[in-house]
Amino acid sequence: MKRTITALLLSSLLAGCSSPPTPSASPSPAGALPEEVAVLTSAPEVPPPITRKHSAKVSVKLEVSEVESELAPGVTYTFWTFGGEVPGKFIRIREGDEVEFHLQNRPDSKMPHNIDLHAVTGPGGGAAASFTAPGHESVFSFKALNPGLYVYHCATAPVGMHIANGMYGLILVEPVGGLPKVDREFYVMQSEFYTEGAHGEPGLQPFSMEKALDENPDYVVFNGKVDGFGGDQAQVVKVGETVRLYVGNGGPNLVSSFHVIGEIFDTVYIEGGTTKNKHVQSTLVPAGGSAIVDFKVEAPGTLVLVDHSIFRAFNKGALGKLKVEGPENPLVYSGKQADVVYMAEGSTIQRIPGSRAPVGKPTANKEERIARGEIVYKRNCVACHGQEGKGVPKVFPPLAGSDFLTSPEVAVSAVVNGLSGEIKVNGETYNNVMPNLQLSDEDAASVVTFVLNSWGNKGGDVSPKTIARVRVK
Amino acid sequence: MLVLTAMLLLTLAPPPGMVKVSGGSYAPLYAREDDRIAVGPFLLDRYAVTNEQFREFVRAHPEWRRSKVKRVFADVRYLGHWTGDLDFDPALAKSPVTHVSWFAARAYARSLGKRLPTQAEWELAGSASEKRADGTLEPGFSRRILDWYARPTRPALPPVGSTYRNYYGVYDMHGLVWEWVDDFQTTMVGGESRGGGDGDLFCGAAAADARDRSDYARFMRYAFRSSLKARYTLANLGFRCALDLPSGKKP
Repeated sequence: MKRTITALLLSSLLAGCSSPPTPSASPSPAGALPEEVAVLTSAPEVPPPITRKHSAKVSVKLEVSEVESELAPGVTYTFWTFGGEVPGKFIRIREGDEVEFHLQNRPDSKMPHNIDLHAVTGPGGGAAASFTAPGHESVFSFKALNPGLYVYHCATAPVGMHIANGMYGLILVEPVGGLPKVDREFYVMQSEFYTEGAHGEPGLQPFSMEKALDENPDYVVFNGKVDGFGGDQAQVVKVGETVRLYVGNGGPNLVSSFHVIGEIFDTVYIEGGTTKNKHVQSTLVPAGGSAIVDFKVEAPGTLVLVDHSIFRAFNKGALGKLKVEGPENPLVYSGKQADVVYMAEGSTIQRIPGSRAPVGKPTANKEERIARGEIVYKRNCVACHGQEGKGVPKVFPPLAGSDFLTSPEVAVSAVVNGLSGEIKVNGETYNNVMPNLQLSDEDAASVVTFVLNSWGNKGGDVSPKTIARVRVK
Repeated sequence: MLVLTAMLLLTLAPPPGMVKVSGGSYAPLYAREDDRIAVGPFLLDRYAVTNEQFREFVRAHPEWRRSKVKRVFADVRYLGHWTGDLDFDPALAKSPVTHVSWFAARAYARSLGKRLPTQAEWELAGSASEKRADGTLEPGFSRRILDWYARPTRPALPPVGSTYRNYYGVYDMHGLVWEWVDDFQTTMVGGESRGGGDGDLFCGAAAADARDRSDYARFMRYAFRSSLKARYTLANLGFRCALDLPSGKKP
């Protein structure tokens, strides 16, 4: 049996010897349909809605490349991509369109690749027909028979590894007549990464097959990296606008409990199909599946996109941010900005009693501590204290120009021992909890040194020895 | 004539630049767990063929020059990293020749009375680590291969011999370039049974036996070979030559 399965598998992989997939309807003669080239966009952008009232022959050109880039602050990964980034380019076509698909594999690629588009009706979703060696291009055609939001992915053996390395994206087949008009559209795709090193371990991290088989990822992210949606380039919408998210899940393993903190989905197109559900809090997005969610934003603040399988969000990276700007609307929502309270934990594991603090590699001097401290800060502190150390008024105290930090020891103690209860910073009262983060002496020394030397603070250098002294055993 | 010379030399010791790979058994990718194919002993080039060596070949065989080669035997990228019919950056002299088609690699081998290794021979030689004939279960062996597979190709390839020397004395079986084998498309055998609509099977089965890392790496090699056509030339695909032992025992 195994022999048969494997033989079948291999035969499906072999573009050279397989007959091309035969669509159920034969394509119209050339020239029967107007021709156009598809506009492709990188996440979080979505190509503009299709306004034409007829089918077209659409040419899609997608280039596969293998690139090393950032997965998390200080962590890099060799991604295999459709279009140079993870997730792959967003493709938008219309029901009834005839698509001529060009898959181009860059000459410097190490691997052959192909594409299985779930929007294709035909063997392998185009996989066999698009199997392409480095430096080559494959062309195949299909007719978009079913409307919906579909995942596409690489299906070259070993399939799991090609997907795990970032080879997935979304293709939207708009129904005839289009989708209801909204003000803003965004492309969000969740996926996991399995690395040899633990979460946050710096440097170039290779893919870990063992962890992938155990379905135990180090990173669960939106749009290909930690802070991939709404990090440096925050998406901003206005109160009163209607927002549509095209949500995909590349997997390779996990099913997402997709949720937006602070919103209720007015409409969900279940699994990216035509059935609509109303007033939904969290929607399941299967690996290799999708959902379309619509909501109107009624109150200002920051909406937080999460996988509500919640440890993935706060400890593995599945957090995205959508800023809503506009006048307060106390009728809809009144009170302090509770939407960020959930962010109180950094990605570092909080200390478990009796466990030993991890040991980091030694830093030689102040400069090294500042550099390393910046990475530690981004990973653990930025969610509450902000990129610029300004905190959140009345909720999380500022670190920039803080009169609370009278000595380095005060900062050290907060980092390694935690801090709770009422404190006064720059004349403002704060009453919140800072968790005791499980940082090594080196990481703790580095992050405090970074804070002391940033945003106009007075400077200073904290050694790992100070940490050991201040840490409550 | 050349063949004769090579055969004569063999009666004494392996010809210069070649080593003997003692035979063994080898589990093809599509085999059941206990299915193994016997591979007889053979001779294999110590190093992949270099740009310098390939230049000597095209000098003597003008039909294989970049400007002369027939398109049916090599695609447009043939020797594309060279600057002319017989010219390339001198720094690349000892680097493995790439951008060569299967036809060109075969012609080169024939010109020396040699041949390309079979897939089974290549896999047998490739499964040796530094210390053992079968190093596939050694820690780090598959990691090294997978790490290399995961990285894009460097613009300038390092010289041959720059990675590792294995149990047989063969260098760079993994980590320098992909290599042509004589029967690179034979993995297709048995593929006719595929009916329509096996898409699910195709995806699901790809994980079969993946618990064994060496199989995972092997999967990638077979997938790579399957993507090739004989006229293709790639930036990271070179070759080395093999030769039967004088006894003439075919694997």
